[in-house]
Amino acid sequence: MPDDRAPVLLRGVSYAYGEGELRRPVLREVDLAVGPGEIVLLTGPSGSGKTTLLTLIGALRAMQEGSAVVLGQELNGAGEAQRIALRRRIGFIFQHHNLLGFLTARQNVAMALELDPMLDERTRLARAGAMLAAVGLAEHADRSPEKLSGGQRQRVAVARALAGSPGLVLADEPTAALDRASGGEVVRLLRDLAKSRGVPILMVTHDPRILDIADRIVAMEDGRIVDASAGAAD
Amino acid sequence: MNEIAKAPHLLPWAPERTGEAATTPAHAPSAGGGARSRHGSVRPEPARPGWGRGLLLPLRLAWRQLRAERARLLSAIAGVMFACVLVFMQLGFRAALFESATSLLSAMHAELFLMHPLTTASFRPEPLPRARAFQTLALPEVAEAVPVYMTQISWRNPETGARRMIQLVGFDMQAGAMRFPGLDAVADALKRPDTVAFDIRSRPEFGDVAGLLARGGGAPLMVEAGNREVEVVGLVEIGASFGADGNIITNEVNFRRLVPHRQASNLDLVALRLTPGADPLAVQARLREILPRDVVVLTHAELVAHERSYWENATPIGFIFGFGSAMGLIVGMVIVYQILFSDIAAHLREYATLKAMGYSNGYLARVVMGAALILAGLGFAPGAAISAVLYDLVGGATYLPLGMTIERAVLVFGLIFAMCAAAGLLAVRKLRDANPADMF
Repeated sequence: MPDDRAPVLLRGVSYAYGEGELRRPVLREVDLAVGPGEIVLLTGPSGSGKTTLLTLIGALRAMQEGSAVVLGQELNGAGEAQRIALRRRIGFIFQHHNLLGFLTARQNVAMALELDPMLDERTRLARAGAMLAAVGLAEHADRSPEKLSGGQRQRVAVARALAGSPGLVLADEPTAALDRASGGEVVRLLRDLAKSRGVPILMVTHDPRILDIADRIVAMEDGRIVDASAGAAD
Repeated sequence: MNEIAKAPHLLPWAPERTGEAATTPAHAPSAGGGARSRHGSVRPEPARPGWGRGLLLPLRLAWRQLRAERARLLSAIAGVMFACVLVFMQLGFRAALFESATSLLSAMHAELFLMHPLTTASFRPEPLPRARAFQTLALPEVAEAVPVYMTQISWRNPETGARRMIQLVGFDMQAGAMRFPGLDAVADALKRPDTVAFDIRSRPEFGDVAGLLARGGGAPLMVEAGNREVEVVGLVEIGASFGADGNIITNEVNFRRLVPHRQASNLDLVALRLTPGADPLAVQARLREILPRDVVVLTHAELVAHERSYWENATPIGFIFGFGSAMGLIVGMVIVYQILFSDIAAHLREYATLKAMGYSNGYLARVVMGAALILAGLGFAPGAAISAVLYDLVGGATYLPLGMTIERAVLVFGLIFAMCAAAGLLAVRKLRDANPADMF
């Protein structure tokens, strides 16, 4: 059953904000699978529920209905500790870089490794440096984020997301705050690094310029998946 | 970063970390940049990192965050320092009060004392019958029973003529029941009629007696005390207290001259000197048996403690200084809380990111607590140094025995530490607002 080995497997996931009269469903019976090494783009108008879906898969939000198995962990009914443990195996990339301003680029990337008790400081910094080199920032490793350009910061964020050898990368409009050239550069870098490591990516995006990196594009509307087409066919 | 590429047999989402796949290799303990061992056995859960590691990394993160904003760090340190100085001064005054209040009694040099049970403080004594002093001589262990008279009389400042109440202590100089610095030098002169020795550590409002004596060039210095002209024949060192602004001492007979309405049979205190080798506690027990209930028998330590407990419990002064200390701690706590809170509020996005990366609330709470404790340490050191200097300055100006002691430094450090920890605990609540689900 290849599906059972899928890093992300959602069945009948529903989610609603508010209670009683104010209850507002944002996800209705969503089924979605992301295969090993697959790059899936999630598109749709705002309010279609794609960001909520991403936070559920990222274990940032408690499940309400349905079943979501992420990296082998069933999220429905999972406690806070299980969700925190799962987050450590997921690389997150946000719309803003969210780097810690008081740390250098290298230290920021090393933060993704500080939760692993088996690593010592030297190993962490060495791996962080290697990761920064992989995103082409070797010579900027010891700068603080405010001395980097927007594209460079987002590349540091990519390095941070991948430094912990995650089993899944979740990205939320990673190019929204970037200009065309650096945005394209960042997502292609992300795609190449993920492909070479076999890490699947689930990315929410509005950006038509980056649709070509996808293996598959999933369109959402009104809390439902309306179109799951192969990205190459687009 | 090259570990995935080197291990193609691994599932991409690294199930070896979940423990679900028993056949996948585990990290070698010394796994470096990507070297993985391939021994087949599943190692048990790696040993949890020690306390040091679980605390050092958050502490380092806290320090890096504090260090990044110098101005904020400095104002936080100043706040802690301020609280520190305030608490040091309040506790210092409190201790000085108790010490100075008992300075007269502490200077007394006898093993046992008789006192009226209703005497609450030495500056307001209840009289006890003189006969009790001589009754104690029935015990062979009691070598001497020295009556001590104490009262407050008026003293006219020899320079300005202003009158002020001063503590007068009268006793037999020869008995050796008192040991004040300077007493031996004036003991003979005090045998003359209408002579007193002045406490050089009295408040300056009594006049510059030491200066007048020195400048007088041997001419007798006459002062009006208790409506009588007396000669100041020398100086002793006792110390002003909250109960008495100054002291003069004289012998028993001169005391009666200065305080004519007092009956000689009414004593305020009896100092008992024992024969060498006698056990004060045993003698105290015997005396309690044979003496009537109108006197209590106290050791020197008990006498000092009795006086001290009056100031601690029967006056609001101890409470006032305790309250002042508490206010200092609260002000300091508010400052530290404010700093930590605004640090978290300004970095909510970053804290939420860390949570999304798998940092637990507990870890981030340790970061905040680490920041609080760093501030405690950084604020305490200069605060203690400033307090030590202030003790010298204020002690010189108020004639109170102020000084830094190790015990007090340890106590204040504990209080400041607790203060910062409490502020940290309050600020940690703000971490709940850093919700990673709102990051997208």
